Amino acid sequence: MMIEDIWQALEEVKDPELPHVSVVEMGIVRDVQVEAGRVHVKMTPTFSGCPALDVMRQDIAAKVRELGFAQVTVETVLHPPWTSDWIADSARAKLQQLGIAPPIRHGGDLIPIAFLDVATCPRCGSTNTILKNAFGPTLCKSVWYCQDCQDGFEQFKAL
Amino acid sequence: MTPQVQSALAQKLLFLADDELILAHRNSEWTGHGPILEEDIAFTNIALDEMGHAATWHRLRQELTGEDVDTAVFFRDPAAYRNGQLVELPIGDWAFSMLRQYLFDVYEMVHLAQLAASSYRPLAEAAAKIRIEEIYHLRHTAAWVTRLGLGTAESHRRMQTALDTLWPYAHQLFVNMPEDEELAESGTAVRPSSLLEEWQHNTTSHLTQANLTIPTDHTPPTTDRAHHTHHLTGLLMEMQSVARQYPTAVW
Repeated sequence: MMIEDIWQALEEVKDPELPHVSVVEMGIVRDVQVEAGRVHVKMTPTFSGCPALDVMRQDIAAKVRELGFAQVTVETVLHPPWTSDWIADSARAKLQQLGIAPPIRHGGDLIPIAFLDVATCPRCGSTNTILKNAFGPTLCKSVWYCQDCQDGFEQFKAL
Repeated sequence: MTPQVQSALAQKLLFLADDELILAHRNSEWTGHGPILEEDIAFTNIALDEMGHAATWHRLRQELTGEDVDTAVFFRDPAAYRNGQLVELPIGDWAFSMLRQYLFDVYEMVHLAQLAASSYRPLAEAAAKIRIEEIYHLRHTAAWVTRLGLGTAESHRRMQTALDTLWPYAHQLFVNMPEDEELAESGTAVRPSSLLEEWQHNTTSHLTQANLTIPTDHTPPTTDRAHHTHHLTGLLMEMQSVARQYPTAVW
């Protein structure tokens, strides 16, 4: 059993609030180490208050145990802080299919987060969109309105 | 880290955690009662964020003291809580809650920027992480301060009334506690008093632009985080009731 196999297995652990998107694609799993048969996984929280974090932690440990490892620790690390830039292209495509606009890539510059309201409508591709509420149905989503489709949509918030 | 610094730091983490937790609980009282659906959702989200930040501070404290987080939160009496009185005041009207959150958000932005430079790495890392999330809060509350301050005569009146009440309470956050001396000397955390000027500058310019008058009196009702209003007792009775009634419950 190689480390790659563990990474592969963790691709099956989904974010409970974003079905189909794995914790690996989300950039939540940061590191996997195997030492003397013990597995140590490092994960990093997206939003500190995300209620799904505990579920993901348990799911990650359970998935690694399924591979036959008895001793699994999942450590939460805060540094470097999770950024939405780590969301993989594969996950961005899945978000789009779920009707959730992916976050803009900001390259570590917080100014776009604070002041630039940019979202592309996941249905029609229009950028003629307006932010309705920076707070949405979950901590990680904001609510937008597309002036072309004339319907609302969600965006995964840049962080 | 010397035992003195460690003990001061554990206490400082309690200040940080209690401020966030009590404010989170107050904001959660708006769930289902917001003036419009969007703002109902916004306050609920902000409450959840602050709750997550409280948990982050509590976990850092647990690493130092070994005290279980749930025990610290659900089985500590009001007299042992160390939040500032600003956050325990009842929610009042929506203007009051929004302005309180704004004043606290600016304090956090100023404070966390300094804590991110702490010589204690876990504290620095947590502060850096939390500060990014706070950007969304400040953006939201600052916009509403402007809207309500410049809105109707009624919205302006409510904001001014809220400011007159909250302004002295907010100043308690900048009072140095005995632990702060030890922490400042060791480069672990800045003195709260050193944050006051920047906070006053930021809030005063924004509030003035919203046509609000800065109160002349800014003497906080207490300078001791061990002192509380009677409002905290009621809040904790509600927050702790289930955990105390079913101490062995698992969820």
